[in-house]
Amino acid sequence: MTTTVDFDQVEVGTQLPSRDYRLQRVDLIRYAGASGDFNVIHWSDRVARDVGLPGVIAHGMLTMAVAARTVTEWVGDPGAVTEYSTRFTRPVEVPDDDEGASIEVTGVVSDKLDGRRVRVDLTASVRGEKVLGAARLVVQLA
Amino acid sequence: MPLDEAFVGRVFPAREPYLVSREKIREFADAIGDPNPAYRSVEAAAALGYPDIVAPPTFVVVLSRAATEVIIFDPDLGLDYASVVHGDQAFVLSRPVLAGYVLVATPSVEKIRTAAGNDLLSLAVHIVTDRGEEVAIVRSTLVARSTRQVPA
Repeated sequence: MTTTVDFDQVEVGTQLPSRDYRLQRVDLIRYAGASGDFNVIHWSDRVARDVGLPGVIAHGMLTMAVAARTVTEWVGDPGAVTEYSTRFTRPVEVPDDDEGASIEVTGVVSDKLDGRRVRVDLTASVRGEKVLGAARLVVQLA
Repeated sequence: MPLDEAFVGRVFPAREPYLVSREKIREFADAIGDPNPAYRSVEAAAALGYPDIVAPPTFVVVLSRAATEVIIFDPDLGLDYASVVHGDQAFVLSRPVLAGYVLVATPSVEKIRTAAGNDLLSLAVHIVTDRGEEVAIVRSTLVARSTRQVPA
């Protein structure tokens, strides 16, 4: 465990650098292949609309993984994450165009815990609307 | 169609042990667009103190999702997978996952309930190494949406 963030230098309210991540259709295809989740709503507009969605949506797990980068890039060591949970409050529609969807992620230290651990709360928004709810991680710091 | 509540509390058999490979970690890191060298280079992982390439925090979903297929595709459960969206997800990670680990994932059904006309299926997957060391508990809730249009 070799994090670049020292527990003693962090306070409740410390902001993590915010990030923007763009997802396009090809990213959904790639994630489907790597994760094994081939749910049709992640690649077929026809089926997505048939089940009442606006169109193809990103895997919730892809959004969750992308959002975690805000923390792993801050802390320097991806193995420092010991807990990570979220609700998926709004589907991330990824249109079949050159823009795709842009996910804006912010993070803040919300609590200091025993054992030099901190809790980080994330927000993830697409076009100003939150797509993750109560997204929280526990991170082991140096 | 409501889900079969007889599934609640059932623990299902684990798949065969899963060998975590460097190539799969790299593929997963590529798929989440994360350029972190510790997902690709033994030297970069060693600089963080790991004896081999380390996996991203959500990597174990590769195992946990596959482990739940025995549940979600069981016709007796009555889940229409195309109508499913992801409600929530939680990982408790006891140790970082490294290339070379052999992992065993055991799935179970924790809860089935109905909310706003949707069926909610809460699953848990317990992941240990082949030596019985704790690795992760992965929980997820799948929401079978009731808005699926039935062709006339």
